[in-house]
Amino acid sequence: MYSRTYKLLVSLPPILWVTLFLLLPYSLMFLHSFWTVREGVILHHWNLDNYLTLFKNPLYVQVLLRTVRIAASVTILSVLLGYPLAYFLSFQAGPRKELLYQLVIVPLWVSYLVRGYAWKTILGSDGVLNGFLQYLHITHGPVSALLYSPFAVVLMLTHIYTPFVFLPIYASLEHIPRPLVEASQDLGASARKTFFRVVLPLSLPGLLAGATFAFVLSLGDFLAPLLVGGPSGTMIANLVQSLFGAAYDWPLGAAISVFILIITLSLLALTQRVEKRWSFE
Amino acid sequence: MSAATKQTRSAPLLAACATLVFAFIYLPIVVLVVYSFNRDGVGGFPPRHFTFDWYRQLFADSAIWDSVVNSLIVAAGAVALSLTLGLFAALALDRANFPGKSFFRRLVLLPLILPGIITGLSLLLFAVRISLDLSLITIFLGHGTALISVATTELFAGLQKMDRRQEEASLDLGATPWRTFWLVTLPNLKLSLIAAALLIFTLSMDEIAVTFFLYGREYTLPLEIWGRLRRGITPEINAISTLILVVSIILITVWYHLRTRSEHQ
Repeated sequence: MYSRTYKLLVSLPPILWVTLFLLLPYSLMFLHSFWTVREGVILHHWNLDNYLTLFKNPLYVQVLLRTVRIAASVTILSVLLGYPLAYFLSFQAGPRKELLYQLVIVPLWVSYLVRGYAWKTILGSDGVLNGFLQYLHITHGPVSALLYSPFAVVLMLTHIYTPFVFLPIYASLEHIPRPLVEASQDLGASARKTFFRVVLPLSLPGLLAGATFAFVLSLGDFLAPLLVGGPSGTMIANLVQSLFGAAYDWPLGAAISVFILIITLSLLALTQRVEKRWSFE
Repeated sequence: MSAATKQTRSAPLLAACATLVFAFIYLPIVVLVVYSFNRDGVGGFPPRHFTFDWYRQLFADSAIWDSVVNSLIVAAGAVALSLTLGLFAALALDRANFPGKSFFRRLVLLPLILPGIITGLSLLLFAVRISLDLSLITIFLGHGTALISVATTELFAGLQKMDRRQEEASLDLGATPWRTFWLVTLPNLKLSLIAAALLIFTLSMDEIAVTFFLYGREYTLPLEIWGRLRRGITPEINAISTLILVVSIILITVWYHLRTRSEHQ
């Protein structure tokens, strides 16, 4: 029904634009990762040293392992918080369902920085939580271990990604045909058994999608460590950031970026394969 | 009937869990807002002495408002750019078949799923390569390009729900494809377009991960806040954060309602 000219006219501008402003920049990053820097000059000497450094330098390995630990903790906690919330909304919220759903969705899109800052004011040694604990005489001096720790990073990122994880889980719970759940119960399965044998397996695609998002986005986060992590909370993206800044080793920074990118894309491809139905919504 | 009783039996525990998660999501936000009215500053408990002083200080702080103006300029530009290209991209994905179509779709969506640092640094490398000085323009290009992903997703959903027969009728009755586009396609997409614009505007106003690598001498609002955080926290930041929250929540709520309305049409 649409003419060739029409198709060409709508396809060409976005294709050209994303080729120029996305494909080219990402490719440049890829190319840089095989180059080298000497005395402040980037030389086009093709090599794999940057990638080897990432796995050989003990400092990088240590930060990489910590990053994976933090991202995994965030993922597990977000699922543990997001799943019951989604289950409650989908099965038991009744007429308040729509309103509650909206209450989860709105913070999802609201300022990352503002929410991170809120945690900084809560966890600091002169912060709100310390004030609260002393007010209740639970502690007598300020506890300084709360802020500037991997714990603070995990807390802040869990706060940010719980609504992200909630969303696909809720969607997959909503897609479960209710007669299936009723049939299981009518045939005498306990609520527990119904959950573990019917509901949970059917919601796994959503759970997987949510978990992947939380893991991947935490893996590449550099702002939470700067905001609430301190030196002991440094993550892999912070190394990238300093390599592109003061340390001035763009090729090495590019190699680490490409490494993050490859992990991200492989994980997403893997989940997609499991999930199978990649739709645009 | 047995199903209903079994479901309600486990409800109290589950409801308690859900309440706790809601508290976890909202408590930090509430604390932030409450302390923006606390005379004695951020921290300490309980907050005492209600005051508007921090807001007064905020309204007199010209550096903040300069950065707000910069953010508004960038966001307006980003909305225009990403909405135009996103509309074309959604039409292309909906209606045209071309080699590499699925690659194109993945590429467009990439900034949405990749950590901001990768998109930001890639764009930085690109800007350096073509000798483009960092300024509000590079931030605008970064936001505009990264947010094509959001525009495309939203508008593609709108197109999928659209009634094709109206366009067919228009073309059959002799209207040119151009006229059909302006008089049938666009008006049908109105709600999706407004909704997408609101979401993109909010995201651009809040963006920091990509912006972090693309700024020159002029700051956007999140960058200005970031810069101040290095010098320590003040209730004035709570005040501006509260305003950001209020505006974002309003815009996102309107977006949400427009989106649900367009779904039920």
